[in-house]
Amino acid sequence: MEEFTFKGCIEIKELLGKQAADEMKLLEMIEEVPSDSIYYHTHSYFLRHYYIAGPYPNDFANWAAIQVRDRVLGEKLAVVTPWGDKNLEDIRSELMEIIDSHLSETKNISFVVYGQPFYFMKSRIIEVPTGVTVQNLKQLRDALRLIDASAIYNHIFEARLRVRRRKSDFSIWLEDILGRKELAGNIEKIDAYMYSLEGLRQKILQLCEQELRK
Amino acid sequence: MIKHKKTLESYRNIAPPGTLDLLYKLAERLKKRSLLHINSTRLGGGVAEMLHRHIPLFNELGIDTRWEIIEGSPLFYQTTKGFHNALQGQFHPITSQMYEEYTKINQRNSRKIDFSSELVLIHDPQPAALISKKRKKSKWIWRCHIDISRPQRRVWRFLREYVSRYDGAIFSLPSFAQKLDIPQFLIYPSIDPLSDKNKELSQQEINSVLEKYHIPKDKPLIVQVSRFDRFKDPLGVIEAYRIVKEYNDCCLVLAGGSATDDPEGEEVLKQVKDAASKDKDIFILDLPPDSNIEINALQRSASVVLQKSTKEGFGLTVAEAMWKGKPVIGGAVGGITVQIIYGETGFTVNSVEGCAYRIRYLLNNPEVSRRMGEKAKEYTRRNFLITRHLCDYLAMMISVLKL
Repeated sequence: MEEFTFKGCIEIKELLGKQAADEMKLLEMIEEVPSDSIYYHTHSYFLRHYYIAGPYPNDFANWAAIQVRDRVLGEKLAVVTPWGDKNLEDIRSELMEIIDSHLSETKNISFVVYGQPFYFMKSRIIEVPTGVTVQNLKQLRDALRLIDASAIYNHIFEARLRVRRRKSDFSIWLEDILGRKELAGNIEKIDAYMYSLEGLRQKILQLCEQELRK
Repeated sequence: MIKHKKTLESYRNIAPPGTLDLLYKLAERLKKRSLLHINSTRLGGGVAEMLHRHIPLFNELGIDTRWEIIEGSPLFYQTTKGFHNALQGQFHPITSQMYEEYTKINQRNSRKIDFSSELVLIHDPQPAALISKKRKKSKWIWRCHIDISRPQRRVWRFLREYVSRYDGAIFSLPSFAQKLDIPQFLIYPSIDPLSDKNKELSQQEINSVLEKYHIPKDKPLIVQVSRFDRFKDPLGVIEAYRIVKEYNDCCLVLAGGSATDDPEGEEVLKQVKDAASKDKDIFILDLPPDSNIEINALQRSASVVLQKSTKEGFGLTVAEAMWKGKPVIGGAVGGITVQIIYGETGFTVNSVEGCAYRIRYLLNNPEVSRRMGEKAKEYTRRNFLITRHLCDYLAMMISVLKL
């Protein structure tokens, strides 16, 4: 039987030396920065926040709401979840449309008064084998309890976006190898953008426990 | 004397689950590679302290790691102290003679050091000009530990000539990034949970420190640990304490380093003592540099820890307190904003009044304070421990060496 091999990951964070102190500049820079920067500020946000999810699930929304104190734009940007079939360019367009539309509705361009500018970053993910392999659901559950949280990120977020798999690695293995279609489906139904990685770990563990009790 | 007998395994039950295994796997890619660190001192200062801890751990991971220092003249150190201040935004005149001395000393040192390692990590501005010895096959990285968000342009222009020849630079905060055509990595500094400043202490050890300084144990303690420096706003802390004192009986401890070599520090310390006047509940402790156990005990005794800076580099005292399960109230500047997640691990504040309000809030809501402290500890475990720092270094090395 094909094993499931846990792979963790580590993020190399790079500074672009570019910043925005107002919402117009933010828009211009979002258009200009490499897609690795869009990735950093939307996806890998989750990798950096193991326990504590911020008020909103991406850096752009948090900056608008907290640093610029424009809660309206913050809330609008918060709905941009890089899930489903979207690629990074789709996400970039969506962010730009939201800011553009927001700016056309407001008389003045909001800017940072007391807060910090938005510093653009980019990231590269390095996959690291953990050496942990499992062959059945019980082993998967046990390993999930102890594995580095970056493996949860790698198999759920990274698998879908950068590697462009249709589902999380857990769901694919559970369905294709173990034939546990229902559990795989339930894991796919989790709105991953509403959890921190530790929250996500607990949610998947809960579903595995339910399945094992059947 | 610094003791360094901790192996990586000592951190297994302290770092987050799986971290050590990830670190070993990451290091497999770098086995037998060679790394050379160069800075300007083996003793004193945060960089030397960090290298003393990191180098045995790099070697334990199978990376052949050496540490060299450069030796300078009094004029050289005067120059690099000037660079340090100028890069941190203070006006500091540097004469042409000083620039020449900087170059001359770097050239002299470059003849003595063995640069055969595959990766050379140069710490801070002092040895930056050694880049002239870079060999084609080796990779050189400049690690900047200081706040250069608003450098004095003339000094930065001079230094940038050298920095731009590196294969990459590492900064501690996004706001320190510069316009450079080389990759700029972000790596946060870290604390060592097993050092005297952060290790677990028994209640007896904590009590003995409180008794030594005659600090009462029956009142909540508000503690700020930092040098007596204007930017740490000790006078603002006393003002905030006075507002709190109208509502809650408490004590304030301001614990700082010795100020004997810093004329401005002495002046600030005098102002702080004057401001404290004869309040028997304010304790101003001018501690010697090796007071790690004392600082540890004070942070552990605190009900609330403050770091009310108005300007700050990274401010690792915040992570130190968070590691001890304390909610921290800090100024909304520099690295403090990275460490304190507002309302989750503590509060960032922008005024004396805001600081006082949040102290009162935490003193009157011990359960909230306890929960915040727990989150603060976990956040620190993930983000600001030495194990995470090593992981980041290894990842950067893999990237730069294209492994």
